[in-house]
Amino acid sequence: MESEPVGGGDIVLSARDQSVSGAQGDVVLSAQRVSKSFGGVQVLFSVDFDLRRGEIHALMGENGAGKSTLVKVLSGFEQPTSGEILLDGKPVKLPPNGAAEALGIVVIHQEFNLAEHLTVTESLFLAREVAHFGLLDRKYMRRETRRVLDMLGSHISENAVIGSLTVADKQMVEIAKAISRDARIVFMDEPTAVLSRGETEALFKQVRKLRDLGTSFVFVSHKLDEVTELSDRVTVLRDGQWVKTAPTALLDGESIAQLMVGRELSSLYPQKSEPNVDEARVLSVVGLNTAHVRDAHFDLRRGEILGFSGMIGSGRSELMEAIAGLYPRVSGEVRIGDQLMPPGDIQATKAAGLAYMTKDRKSKGLLLGSDMTSNLTLQSLDQHGRFGYLSPASERKALARARRRFDIRVRDASVVAGRMSGGNQQKLLLAKVMEITPKILIIDEPTRGIDVGTKQQIYHFIAALAREGCSIIVVSSEMPEIIGLCTRIVVMRAGRIVGVLEGDEINEQEIMRYSAGLKQKAVA
Amino acid sequence: MGANVTTEDQAEPKRRWQDVDLRAVAPFVALALLLLLGAMVNSNFISLNNLANVATRSAFIALIAVGATFVISSGDLDLSVGSMVAFVASLMILFMNSNAIADPGMMIAAAMLLALVVGALCGLANGLITTVGKIEPFIATLGTMGIYRGLTTWLSQGGAITLQSAEQQDLYRPAYFGVILGVPVPIIVVLAVTSVAAFVLYRMRYGRHVVAVGSNPNVARYSGIKVDRVRTTAFVIQGVCVAIAVMLYVPRLGSTSATTGILWELQAITAVVIGGTALKGGASRVWGTICGAFILELVGNIMLLSNFISEYLIGAIQGAIIIIAMLVQRSLVRKS
Repeated sequence: MESEPVGGGDIVLSARDQSVSGAQGDVVLSAQRVSKSFGGVQVLFSVDFDLRRGEIHALMGENGAGKSTLVKVLSGFEQPTSGEILLDGKPVKLPPNGAAEALGIVVIHQEFNLAEHLTVTESLFLAREVAHFGLLDRKYMRRETRRVLDMLGSHISENAVIGSLTVADKQMVEIAKAISRDARIVFMDEPTAVLSRGETEALFKQVRKLRDLGTSFVFVSHKLDEVTELSDRVTVLRDGQWVKTAPTALLDGESIAQLMVGRELSSLYPQKSEPNVDEARVLSVVGLNTAHVRDAHFDLRRGEILGFSGMIGSGRSELMEAIAGLYPRVSGEVRIGDQLMPPGDIQATKAAGLAYMTKDRKSKGLLLGSDMTSNLTLQSLDQHGRFGYLSPASERKALARARRRFDIRVRDASVVAGRMSGGNQQKLLLAKVMEITPKILIIDEPTRGIDVGTKQQIYHFIAALAREGCSIIVVSSEMPEIIGLCTRIVVMRAGRIVGVLEGDEINEQEIMRYSAGLKQKAVA
Repeated sequence: MGANVTTEDQAEPKRRWQDVDLRAVAPFVALALLLLLGAMVNSNFISLNNLANVATRSAFIALIAVGATFVISSGDLDLSVGSMVAFVASLMILFMNSNAIADPGMMIAAAMLLALVVGALCGLANGLITTVGKIEPFIATLGTMGIYRGLTTWLSQGGAITLQSAEQQDLYRPAYFGVILGVPVPIIVVLAVTSVAAFVLYRMRYGRHVVAVGSNPNVARYSGIKVDRVRTTAFVIQGVCVAIAVMLYVPRLGSTSATTGILWELQAITAVVIGGTALKGGASRVWGTICGAFILELVGNIMLLSNFISEYLIGAIQGAIIIIAMLVQRSLVRKS
């Protein structure tokens, strides 16, 4: 941050901006009665929003509430169908495709926009390389990158290749990139989804520091505790409509959640029911090794909900994919019932009744360009006809059934999956996996990036499934979720199972002790 | 997700004008415009006779392009089809000239079977090199393109391979020049093959797998689809389609040389792209492909019948068409 961009804070606000009354800071960016439709579908209904200089403004809402669309409209990626955008009090038409960066408006996307083969320095200076007579001043660019990274308290090397970085580090690079571009308005869409607690705190510290220097942030997140901790004001959207804007200090997590769903959130988690000790073992894993996972042992009983906790990168997903036959095993045994599973054979585990639901619904779970039917039946086409023929009627019936059972709400049944909200996508993915009526269901991050209302539905569905005798493994980085759902929790750390918690041992501190490596016990 | 589910928005909405996929309609609109243009240029153009001729001549490219629709939909590309036509046709003629079977009818049947087997094997080779060998399809089929072409040159010793028996020629001639119920045989073959292809793509499990693999191989793998098998099968289907094209080619010309089928891969891929199939995989439009092949031949025909543009520029025009088709396709994606 060298200097304040021209026209930063000394603009006289126009009289028509009604939202400045009682404000501590000037309004830098606002939306006035902004509506947006895609095709015939309206997703924003006359929404007002204002962002002050030097504030962190949280934007909350269930999936499909219109948060992402509002962010896109405010950053120029979409043009509003009606209504106005005001920058420094003056109506503007923001340039499309990220060109608004030149005005100091930067979006840090949920999905990264980094070229894997470039170094950190090259990424930061991409498309605005510093050169003298066409010759790159690499030394200067490296120094500048180091300075920004140091400011963020990050230890990433400025010469590291993006592809070699962890997800959290990539997130840091994205943030450094935004800062190095003298952004005065920064949109962050779920920035902490992939960060550990420590990294999140480091990020928040920097965000607060930049806010105090006058940068404005719009913070989109589903994590209520983070929102109450970080933001100055909160705006809640519901079904594309503005619901409330208020100082965060006047709200607590519970009241924000209620504003979002518009109803009392009764029990988020269903009643737990412990399986009998003498229930049959449906899955047993013995001495399983993969590239990263070391010597994993565990059993799963009929009707049990078993949790897998641990830091990102602790090897949980790799273990689950190895069990499902999607990831190569080095050694070890996997038994479903008393049937030994050959390694790397997803057809065999599927036939034995095991289904794996990926955490990566956009790149591994759903065909974003295909409609709901093709997605739903992709894994279970055998059920819809003989000799390779597919019966459209049978597929239609399956879709109607799934939409009822999983409460998938779309305005148009022929919509492609990529156009659906995150919550509906997740329900569709769950429906797809359930089409093979599995006896064992492994769910990796059941509620990543989805709203509270949908979370509740998915939790209750998992519990009901277990009561019917299905055995479930839940892998999750959200501790309340794992504690709220599971009767037994396995903690992994650096590729190893370091603890198994049951009954009264199950609490956040205990899980944290194991996953941080402060405690370890021999696991049979 | 239990009993308290609302179902008010579960009703199927009526099909609206906006729902029509422009990419699927575009090739047929282009075809209509071309017919209009042709009619204005030359009154003979619009005659049923001329159009049937054009359609018959487009049969080779149409058949090959049907196979290319499978390969491209599954996210791959086959550059070797032109060379494959030359190679399969040469082997077929050499076999017929060998007089291994006395009865000419039996001989032709056996030769057709041989063409099918060789075509399928050529496709299988392409598929295995790309999937098992894990080589980019562009490079893999560039390699086999050279191999099939080189083998043809070697078989013909740089000259031509010509069907010798007049008896065989007379017997086989109707396969291309024949007419059934007033419709030329090649048109019937194209329609039959395309119908089967459309059924496989839109109504069978394999077709769904092709589209899934083409739009996202990861999703396909996580859904338990054998991705490599689906891709290899698409290459084999391409080989079989080439063989069917060869079965019509041999009775027409009865001769091959090192230059047979040159640049046919360009025309086949152009037909697929004009037809609205996405080149990056994931959307297959096999009727659009047929329309594309017809358009290509029609453009040549219009140039021939008009005096504005030299017919020697046909290759350049076809090259321009594929670029324009891509631009149009992309702009339609943005709007929809």
